[in-house]
Amino acid sequence: MALLEIQGLCGGIRDQEIIKGIDLTINGGEVHAIMGPNGSGKSTFGKILAGHEEYQKTTGEVKFLGKDLFELTPEERANAGMFLAFQYPVEIPGVSNAYFLRAALNERRKYSGQSEMSAGAFRKFMNEKMKLVEMDPDLAKRAVNEDFSGGEKKRNEIFHMAVLEPLLSILDETDSGLDIDALKIVARGVNQQRNDSNAMIVITHYQRLLDYIVPDYVHVMYQGRIVKSGTKELALELESEGYEWIRQEAGE
Amino acid sequence: MEAIENLAQQEYKEGWVTDIEMETTPPGLNEDIIRFISSKKNEPEFLLEWRLKAYNHWLKLKEPKWQFMEHPAINYQDIKYYAAPKNTPKYNSLEEVDPELLETYSKLGIPLEEQKVLAGVAVDAVFDSVSVHTTFKDKLGDLGIVFSSFSEAAQEHPELIEQYLGSVVPYRDNYFAALNSAVFSDGSFCYIPPGVRCPMELSTYFRINTAGTGQFERTLIIADEGSYVSYLEGCTAPMRDENQLHAAVVELVALKNSQIKYSTVQNWYPGNEEGKGGIYNFVTKRGTCKGDNAKISWTQVETGSAITWKYPSVILQGDNSIGEFYSVALTRNKQVADTGTKMVHIGQNTRSTVVSKGISAGEGQNVYRGKIQVSKKADGAKNYTQCDSMLIGDRCGAHTFPYIDVSNHCANVEHEASTARISEDQLFYCKTRGIPTEDAISMIINGFCKEVFQELPMEFAVEAKKLLGISLEGSVG
Repeated sequence: MALLEIQGLCGGIRDQEIIKGIDLTINGGEVHAIMGPNGSGKSTFGKILAGHEEYQKTTGEVKFLGKDLFELTPEERANAGMFLAFQYPVEIPGVSNAYFLRAALNERRKYSGQSEMSAGAFRKFMNEKMKLVEMDPDLAKRAVNEDFSGGEKKRNEIFHMAVLEPLLSILDETDSGLDIDALKIVARGVNQQRNDSNAMIVITHYQRLLDYIVPDYVHVMYQGRIVKSGTKELALELESEGYEWIRQEAGE
Repeated sequence: MEAIENLAQQEYKEGWVTDIEMETTPPGLNEDIIRFISSKKNEPEFLLEWRLKAYNHWLKLKEPKWQFMEHPAINYQDIKYYAAPKNTPKYNSLEEVDPELLETYSKLGIPLEEQKVLAGVAVDAVFDSVSVHTTFKDKLGDLGIVFSSFSEAAQEHPELIEQYLGSVVPYRDNYFAALNSAVFSDGSFCYIPPGVRCPMELSTYFRINTAGTGQFERTLIIADEGSYVSYLEGCTAPMRDENQLHAAVVELVALKNSQIKYSTVQNWYPGNEEGKGGIYNFVTKRGTCKGDNAKISWTQVETGSAITWKYPSVILQGDNSIGEFYSVALTRNKQVADTGTKMVHIGQNTRSTVVSKGISAGEGQNVYRGKIQVSKKADGAKNYTQCDSMLIGDRCGAHTFPYIDVSNHCANVEHEASTARISEDQLFYCKTRGIPTEDAISMIINGFCKEVFQELPMEFAVEAKKLLGISLEGSVG
């Protein structure tokens, strides 16, 4: 069974249709990169999948682990194994990272019929994950993203991902705002989590991230559609040619 | 994480009325009513005189109009100023107590049975206007601690009452204090002797029961030199249709090197969604750090009442004395809260800390009104004030009126304020981690109130967190 099957997905915000027909299948063990110029609908695509209230699908079908995705609330999608790493991670003052993640993990476990993890067991589990993604232990004690630098926020997203062990991770422009060192740490953290059962959608502008998180497939979005798909070589082509030839090919 | 109660859809849990035959005065207020109240309680002469002076002063006053909210005019002649259960003498054992009354207490969750000694909380249960039973009085008595109803204390310790009553809140202080001083029926009295640390948290429960009965509680707590006491005040009230006035007065006196910690979790009936009914909570609370190195801390979590109007304050008379005010006030539907504190710095090197968290939802209006006053001779005074507002939805309001009045040239006064909303982005962020909306709101609000909750005694903190569980459909954004 494919992790994610998308057929003819159209959708957008209020009266504006942004996604105009996407077909995509993602299987376990795969990393798909989504690239495209500004305004192509990359972020919207991620938000529709994750269930952001402001974005609606108009037509099309999406199956997540064989189930109709749109029958699930955003939190149910998360509990079922979907994860969205935000482009602009949100601050939650007064709520520690550790407390927040334990609550999230236990929601997930409850959903799948497992018992809750005790505070002690969670602390141990969390420490392992911190090592895995090279996370500063101090940041775990602090309130979620409060007063974090841009880089720290992005690394926190990857830490959240590690703790929740999702089946399908959508990384929305995780590389934006990162210097080269932070980029490498983030990429290492992501790569440490790749396995044969999970999959990732890596949404990015620039090819650079894909040097470190090597994709199996690259898709180029333009005006709400996937106009070209290929392997990692496609990303390199875009890097040297820019998006102009994509526009030309699309018949501008 | 515990499931959060859907307060908006759940009937107010404490909505029931006890059926016992009450002895009540007819509605209205005059000197005869006051004499009646005083004689019912066998009060010493000085107390009756004090009441009458207060009453005559009250007659000259007009209700204040500077507050933020409006309320329908209160007809003071339409209130019954006294209500007592039929059998008023004190009981030695619970078997003598009216069983319906006991059921009231158990419904309120008050552990009056002897077995509850293990809970370690002495309870002075106030049933409307008269105190019926005081637990653990004897145990505290061994330490020399007096914890009883105010009425009892007036008879057994009149000298303490005479010395301290009105010393922190004189009857001239304000309109409602004058009224309370004239007609107060009962409350708590507490005296901690020198050097004694009260071994348990003292607590009081209130209940407004009979229709039209104003609740005029009077509490006086005296901590003698070097002593310590932690006092909990928690209230519940039944569902009513007519508004009920609650004009209490609390006075705290902290002598040299002593400490009083006063915590309140208030859950009075707030009125329904249309703003009908609900308690008016117009309270004067004040403490004086009379001696050097004394400390008074007020911690409150206010979630109820149609209108909350109170400014727990501290007069920092002694050198090095400390005043603290930690508050969480929640207003939703059509509730209004005009609350805050006054810190008056008089002695040398005095310190005050104010942390106020206001949460507004629905059409609730939350007002922080605070005054930091540093008098001319108060060298080395320090104040830190933090006033944070959280707005949920787009129809509520948060208003801040900070007054800073400094007459000394080496005072250090800091004021920080912030306004926040629970944004859709925050909620979506939580959802993508698998946390549903209600839990997310609760978590965010608990995080917002953390600094105040950590000042509460443990069991109160748990109750406070529960009280803040909210379900607000369509009011986030």
